[in-house]
Amino acid sequence: MKAIDRKMVRDLWGMRGQALAIAFVFLSGVAAFVSMTSVMDALQRTLHAYYVDHRFADGFATVRRAPERLLAQIRETPGINSVQSRVAAGVNLTIPGFDEPVSGLIVSLPEGRQPDLNRLFVREGRLVAPGRENEVVLNEPFAEAHDLRPGDRITAILNGRYTPLQVVGIALSPEFLMQIQPGSLFPDPRRYGVMWMGRDALGAAFDMEGAFNDLAFTLAPGADPDAVIARLDALLQRYGGQGAYGRADHPSHFFITEEFRQLEQTATVLPLIFLAVAAFLLNIVVARLIALQREQIAVLKAFGYTNRDVGAHYAKLVLLIALLGAAGGTVLGHWMGAGLGNLYLEYYRFPFLHYSLPPAVVATAVGLTVAAALVGVLQAVRRAVRLPPAEAMRPAPPAVYRTTLVERLGLQRFFDPPTRMILRNFERRPLKAFLTILGISSSCAILIMGLFFGDSFDYVTRVQFGIAQRENLTVTFTEPTSTAALYELASLPGVLHAEPFRTVPVRLRHAHRSYQTAIEGITAAPYLRRPVDIDLQPLTVPPEGLVLTERLAQILGVQAGDEVLVEVQEGRRRTRAVPVAGLTRQFIGLAAYMDMAALNRLAGMGQALSGAYLMIDKDREADLTRTLTDRPRVAAIMSRERAIAAFRETTAKTMLTYTFILSLFAGVIAFGVVYNSARISLSERDRELASLRVLGLTRGEVAYILLGELAVLTLLAIPLGFLLGAGAGAAMVQAMQTDMYQLPFVLGRRTLALAAAVVLAAALVSALIINRRLNRLDLIGVLKTRA
Amino acid sequence: MTHSPGTMPEVVFQTRGLTKVYEMGEVRVHALRGIDLALYSGELVVLLGASGSGKSTLVNILGGLDTATDGEVFYQTQNLTLADDRALTEYRRHHVGFVFQFYNLIPSLTARENVAIVTEIARDPMTPEAALDLVGLGDRRDHFPAQLSGGQQQRVAIARAIAKQPSVLLCDEPTGALDSQTGIIVLEALERVNRELGATTVVITHNAVQAEMAQRVICLSDGRVTDIRRNTAIKAARDLTW
Repeated sequence: MKAIDRKMVRDLWGMRGQALAIAFVFLSGVAAFVSMTSVMDALQRTLHAYYVDHRFADGFATVRRAPERLLAQIRETPGINSVQSRVAAGVNLTIPGFDEPVSGLIVSLPEGRQPDLNRLFVREGRLVAPGRENEVVLNEPFAEAHDLRPGDRITAILNGRYTPLQVVGIALSPEFLMQIQPGSLFPDPRRYGVMWMGRDALGAAFDMEGAFNDLAFTLAPGADPDAVIARLDALLQRYGGQGAYGRADHPSHFFITEEFRQLEQTATVLPLIFLAVAAFLLNIVVARLIALQREQIAVLKAFGYTNRDVGAHYAKLVLLIALLGAAGGTVLGHWMGAGLGNLYLEYYRFPFLHYSLPPAVVATAVGLTVAAALVGVLQAVRRAVRLPPAEAMRPAPPAVYRTTLVERLGLQRFFDPPTRMILRNFERRPLKAFLTILGISSSCAILIMGLFFGDSFDYVTRVQFGIAQRENLTVTFTEPTSTAALYELASLPGVLHAEPFRTVPVRLRHAHRSYQTAIEGITAAPYLRRPVDIDLQPLTVPPEGLVLTERLAQILGVQAGDEVLVEVQEGRRRTRAVPVAGLTRQFIGLAAYMDMAALNRLAGMGQALSGAYLMIDKDREADLTRTLTDRPRVAAIMSRERAIAAFRETTAKTMLTYTFILSLFAGVIAFGVVYNSARISLSERDRELASLRVLGLTRGEVAYILLGELAVLTLLAIPLGFLLGAGAGAAMVQAMQTDMYQLPFVLGRRTLALAAAVVLAAALVSALIINRRLNRLDLIGVLKTRA
Repeated sequence: MTHSPGTMPEVVFQTRGLTKVYEMGEVRVHALRGIDLALYSGELVVLLGASGSGKSTLVNILGGLDTATDGEVFYQTQNLTLADDRALTEYRRHHVGFVFQFYNLIPSLTARENVAIVTEIARDPMTPEAALDLVGLGDRRDHFPAQLSGGQQQRVAIARAIAKQPSVLLCDEPTGALDSQTGIIVLEALERVNRELGATTVVITHNAVQAEMAQRVICLSDGRVTDIRRNTAIKAARDLTW
């Protein structure tokens, strides 16, 4: 090893504490980047492979009832490649030992074989045997939630008839990666499940012999999806078509791509923050090292080392630290990535996961690390090599201080000399102070960005389910039903209050914009279901006109007072212009509300209801659920409260782990910045502080000068971190607005407190370490050395 | 300061067999090899010796910055050998003034504030202004160190050392970083504060000329006291030349 390299290694050893702290920041950034990027890559590849292998359809359509012979015509529609007709129906289920309402979706399988599109991946058991009427294949999450295995029995109410079913297989489908009940927020596999039955049996049960009510199709290469959908809609209209839609609007696919998008965002932002902080830390540490080695550099140059040699010397040192972090980060990231991959595998129920660490990801991580490291120290190294040797051999001129602005304003008398020292240090190098604050605040911001979702979610739950949707149970009928059904419901034991609703599928149009949704008709003075205005006050739906959610109004480009064209997608499929009477604030779904009577007039099918919201006596819930499940016309019973509770339960542990990891990451940053700043301050000022100790200041008094400065920086960083985190969070929320969710940006006190606590704890740990060094100040050394 | 005949001068420091051994890696350096010494109240003493003779080590132990390996040192009745870090800090805080070769001023504090940082923790200090007046820097009190010459900085350091009205003033090569002309101004300042405040003043130097201003000269060599002599003709600092 050359002597100059040996010097580098020893310098590195001499600053091992700081080097390690910086390497850890690099490590965290690289680990975050490598794990998230590799998992992203694995998920994308897996999803693609899964879709291809199992022939996930490009588009879907639902009709009321269409004859099978229509298929030939559909196949010939330009742009269509292949078609699979099916029967799909909502069912209510009784699971032995589970008292709450369970609904499901049953989809038909061609007799004795896999469907052409949306093939199943059979995990256990087999598909339904041809001609077997009572065999059923369950989607895995549902089967798992109830511990059902092939051979077990369940009961389904198929079109009003109790049908005992035998589980013969457990399967997965690309179509139901996320099995979410329509109108629900998240998967709740205990209360909603997907299952498959033989085509003949299901057709018989739902009066679909020789007919279908559901369609999946693939597009011919190069076909324009919108044109195909329009052609299909035209073709299916007379069979009660409810509007075909492409893969992008498919709930499961939409949900999953949305999650991937968010993951991708985090995978980009988080590592960048780490690398920026690491670059800053390297900058201040190396700048200090170079300042301390001013004379050594001069000697090297005096003996003939070139500027390039000296520059390379420090660049090597920096790269060693960065690459140490990158290597550790890659190993950790690979390990975390595999773990994350397994988590996602379980969460998304992929039949397999192609996890690997693509060399390109490693190369990018190393490249980014090296770039951040070099950018961080460029200026310091350049300054080092530019100094003429003769000048460098002289001691650096004494630091120039001034009285600070605050003091010149006449506030001087309020500060004792130690405090003035602190203030003047800031004023002398405001940029460094600012960057230090920024560095610390970024750790605060990371925590807020990671955790505010919980707060937003709580807020949504509070508003949506505390003010707007106060029902305990939602009962949906198989088809619009006479108003007498409401009285029947209201008279059931355990029902305290019943409120009818009517849902009508529609396409809303305004100018060239349109949106497929459903209008919900509610009573004039609702007690349970109350849309709220932008101030979250319950609003009254007027006797005529539509109340739209804000985002839906935005999508259609309408305001209160404008008219929209309503194309009813059921019954006589009327089209009417309806005025927009007002806007409602709603965080979930894109709804349109109307007075129920007015909606019924619009649909033209007489006064009918689609279901009812119930307030119930919870003590009698089990009995009531059983009674409702037995009713042939009850299509679904949904308990939102339970769904939320279940969601909370399943996410609580994940959330805790996530919070812990995030806190760790943020702690690494805060510690890295505070510790390194403190070490440098100590190195720059040890002489000054030791002199004060000699003059009789106690350890505590001396510590105040150094640590007081850090305390001020840390305390300033926390509110800035709040601001940065809030800004970034608001931007994330903005980018995440979808038709399914319109999350508001809400920041809870607990999140703020946690963010502040992590920063303070990291600062405290650094302070304790620094304080130990402070206690070992060399009091004698300073008397004999030159400044 | 001279003593009137007949009165016994009060002993401020008393050392017995004071020994200091530094462990420098695998080498043991004997900095002091059994020093027996008494320093008296109000006197101005010059410690003379070549580099490495042990004079700084002796002053460091007297000033409570270092502890002896063996032997004892008393400040008045307090046994410094037994004092812990807290007690030594307390001792320095209230009784000792230090002047260093390289001034060791706080660059971020003005002249006045450099003095104030000490007076604010002292029991019965003079005002920073008075201390600065005493060293002839009354008109520079709001200057930062970077705005002062070396000699001026050293005088601020002296003002800082004496402002607490210490009973001892320890100066380690106070003129070591200065040219002779500036050095004499600094020595004049020391002479004046010794005279006016009556603090026992110990000045370390390797410059034999400076010994002429002392009442007593203690010579050290190789960790031992080789000579203690009382000056019969004390010179004023301004009459010194080197």
